[in-house]
Amino acid sequence: MARKILLEHDEIPGIETYAVYRKNGGYKSVEKALKTMSPEQVVEEVQKSGLRGRGGAGFPTGLKWSFLAKPEGVPRYLLCNADESEPGTFKDRYLMEKIPHRLIEGMIVSSYALGSNLSFIYIRGEYMWILNILEKAIAEAYAAGFLGKNILGSGFDLDLRVAPGGGAYICGEETAMIESLEGKRGNPRMKPPFPAVKGLWGCPSVVNNVESLASVVAIVNDGGDEYAKIGIGKSTGTKLFSACGNVSRPGVYELEMGLSVEEFIYGDDWCRGIANGKQLKACVPGGSSVPILPAHLVTKTAAGENRLMSYESLADGGFASGSMLGSGGFIVFDEDQCIVRNTWNFARFYAHESCGQCSPCREGTGWMEKVLNRLEHGNGNLRDIELLEDINKKIEGNTICPLGEAAAWPVAAAIRHFREEFEWHVTHREESQSRNYGLLLKESLMH
Amino acid sequence: MSNTEIDIRKRHSEKPVFSIEKMAEIQSLISQFPEGKHKSAIIRILHIAEEEFGGWLSIETMDYVAEILSIEPIEVYEVASFYTMFNLEPTGKFVFEVCRTGPCMLVGSDSIISYIQEKLDIKVGETSKDGFFTLKTVECLGACGYGPMLQCGKKYHEHLTKEKVDELIAAYRSGEFPK
Amino acid sequence: MVKITIDNVQVEVEEGTTILNAARKIGGEVVPPAMCYYSKLPGTGGKCRTCLVEVAAGSEKDPRPMPKLVASCSTPVMDGMVVKNKTSERVHENRGAIVEFLLINHPLDCPVCDQAGECHLQDLSYEHGAEKTRYEEERRTFDPIDIGDKIKLHMNRCILCYRCVHVADQLTDKRVHGVLNRGEHSEISTYIEKAVDNDFSGNMIDVCPVGALTDKTFRFKSRVWFLKPMEASCACDKCSGNVLLWMFGNEIYRVTARKDKYGEVEDQNGKPGWICNTCRFEKKSPENWKIIGPRTINRHSVISQGKYISPRSNSTKNISNGNK
Ligand SMILES: Cc1cc2nc3c(=O)[nH]c(=O)nc-3n(C[C@H](O)[C@H](O)[C@H](O)COP(=O)(O)O)c2cc1C
Ligand code: SF4
Ligand code: SF4
Ligand code: FES
Ligand code: FES
Repeated sequence: MARKILLEHDEIPGIETYAVYRKNGGYKSVEKALKTMSPEQVVEEVQKSGLRGRGGAGFPTGLKWSFLAKPEGVPRYLLCNADESEPGTFKDRYLMEKIPHRLIEGMIVSSYALGSNLSFIYIRGEYMWILNILEKAIAEAYAAGFLGKNILGSGFDLDLRVAPGGGAYICGEETAMIESLEGKRGNPRMKPPFPAVKGLWGCPSVVNNVESLASVVAIVNDGGDEYAKIGIGKSTGTKLFSACGNVSRPGVYELEMGLSVEEFIYGDDWCRGIANGKQLKACVPGGSSVPILPAHLVTKTAAGENRLMSYESLADGGFASGSMLGSGGFIVFDEDQCIVRNTWNFARFYAHESCGQCSPCREGTGWMEKVLNRLEHGNGNLRDIELLEDINKKIEGNTICPLGEAAAWPVAAAIRHFREEFEWHVTHREESQSRNYGLLLKESLMH
Repeated sequence: MSNTEIDIRKRHSEKPVFSIEKMAEIQSLISQFPEGKHKSAIIRILHIAEEEFGGWLSIETMDYVAEILSIEPIEVYEVASFYTMFNLEPTGKFVFEVCRTGPCMLVGSDSIISYIQEKLDIKVGETSKDGFFTLKTVECLGACGYGPMLQCGKKYHEHLTKEKVDELIAAYRSGEFPK
Repeated sequence: MVKITIDNVQVEVEEGTTILNAARKIGGEVVPPAMCYYSKLPGTGGKCRTCLVEVAAGSEKDPRPMPKLVASCSTPVMDGMVVKNKTSERVHENRGAIVEFLLINHPLDCPVCDQAGECHLQDLSYEHGAEKTRYEEERRTFDPIDIGDKIKLHMNRCILCYRCVHVADQLTDKRVHGVLNRGEHSEISTYIEKAVDNDFSGNMIDVCPVGALTDKTFRFKSRVWFLKPMEASCACDKCSGNVLLWMFGNEIYRVTARKDKYGEVEDQNGKPGWICNTCRFEKKSPENWKIIGPRTINRHSVISQGKYISPRSNSTKNISNGNK
């Protein structure tokens, strides 16, 4: 099921330039949309395509677009989320570096559909060299008449800008991103009002991920119905996954949804198995905030069915035995990895990235990090494990934005599936400092 | 820590001034935003200011940015202290920002961090005696499949090994910047 | 007008009203506590999460319950909405959790805090039985700093409600303090030593729900409840001149605005009764004032019930054990 739509032609030298991109069919969708379709028709095709947001939440893109408020005389904005900061995720980077014009093309047709005459790409500050690539490509698109006034004589004007962040994961959350674009601290806003009603500078705005917007190109070119035929069930189209951790061949892969997880991890076209001939211990399939799965639930669901690379299948079993597709950051753990250490590591990440404006997240993430730090370093007690579960419950649902939950869920899932390993860190404090509670140890203890 | 204790490390002795060309660049960045929305350019300007004025943001630099944007200095301090890329104190000539997050840890970032500490005889957060290198650890930089990795300036250095760290340090020291 | 039911009491309010303000219209027990929202400061609210309530029915049209608790201070009412505050076990539990979060890094220095006796956090912690801390980690600490020559900031006590920042933004012409850093390292600060020099900056002290911002001219180094609050007024060209004097015998120890039962400044002549720095900091002699008479303060539960010492001393003991 190797199928390239987003990354089509990524192997052609010079595809990052306008000339080569155009020669290979680039900007066709702009011609089609602006010359033959109304904005409403573009929205309709996107709705038909079943495209779901690739930034993490999987919200249907067409539906999101249909919520955009359109008050008379008020500008609307399309904002591309290129903040890409969820640990394990490095797919948008690949797309923008390799084929910057694909994103620009997607943004032009999407801006047309939404009626945005000024659109922004908000890119994480660390990707400054990609910002330069994008600005170069944007300049080429202006020169070719695909940006600016009266594009292709259609009467549609569009200016496209790139704005960098400054190092803050939270600015990937859409309202924090809007605050940051306004030149402020990245504190998420309270919702409602939603950005579709009051977003950037108080105007209706749509925030979409890089990959979502790039996908619109194929939807316009081939039609929503054709696109919907790709993939499986409600997981239509292709998806970029960034594989990392202990696989033999980490990297960014585009795949048709519905590929089996087993094939993705072990197949020759994909990750080629666990690195160094080791065994699989666990997997976080959708970026650090989704629940971790122990080996026996990675390739099969609890019901014994093959697990597939799709929204539904990765979530099969709910929190008890499933996970989520999330951002497509596919993190693989080999038998030697310590779950407690990794859980602490992720908790430290979220504590570091909390904006700090609401008390459950500001205090709770810091608290969890400290307790996990003690556990990992041989200073924990059994009651700390219950304490963690309790802190978790008390953060969940009580915060302004989902970062609180993103921090709580990985801890809850790790304890749910690897409780013995947490306990072992308490009962074997010294040993836990010199070796890891690997698969092998676990097996030897069990037999 | 009280304000006064750290004040000195946060100051520049002179008022920074952008060159005419830089100022023109900044004005054009500001004009990318609609009328009256100039504050939106703040993060980008802070990146440029940091690059121009010694790799960090002194109080003088931030006050200067406030002046350019006609906003209160506190608004710049608030922003600069929120985003972790900005250094609010002087650093070495090169800053090694090593990713410490999960996926990189799975492939050995811990030992790379230890190795750099040993090699430069500093701890995380410190600057080497020769003033060349500051070592920082940072959270995921979006290079998880290519770890361990570090960022120095705008450049990502990926697939790090001890040998590669040796080469990097030598190259930065000698002034021929690594590719 | 829309109808909404809170803890089985019905009330009619204008469209767009928040749940919290609808509850305040009813008054009494049904009113959720609010540590960050301040009705006189637009833009406040949503941060502390102490005002969380359960929405048992979203509206007449869509009577489904809301899955998460919502911040009553920033959630608008809908016609037919059914809200549970005191009557919800979930609310009680989660509010207790929020109070615990607010207290884990709190210094528990109530015996030496100017706010003791009028502190909402103290009341809440008493109400939610936070006698015992489960926090065994090191507390976050900051040194107290001066914000100008009249105001002291004890950052250790701050709960980051952002009210003082809004006061500076909305009542003064230049804001010199704000929120710096991020996450659990966030702090209120001026960054560099800078005087807050403005006629209305002193109102920060009045809006602070805890004892983080204090009046340096307050000469009484003991308990607030030994002082007698007296309503007084003066002819002032900057503010209404209607204040509260905190007196011991014939001496004025402190001047504040007059506050209502929610701890907010009362309206004076139809406008929020903010007071100017001259009235607050300079006029410490009885000759400056026309004393109207004593004011019965609806002192928060803790003191009025004479239970101030017990819960806190308990917790202090537990903490010193935990820190060993
Ligand atoms: C804490 C947090 C971080 C997020 N980070 C990102 C991100 O880096 N990139 C992204 O596209 N979406 C991110 N999201 C999701 C966005 O809020 C938003 O849902 C998304 O950009 C919408 O685009 P989509 O519908 O095309 O997926 C994040 C959400 C949260 C709560
Ligand atoms: S949940 Fe965390 S990141 Fe989100 S608003 Fe609250 S403090 Fe900020
Ligand atoms: S100092 Fe007081 S008013 Fe200001 S944020 Fe802290 S608690 Fe709120
Ligand atoms: S974890 Fe190191 S770059 Fe993502
Ligand atoms: S009062 Fe509502 S969240 Fe603080």
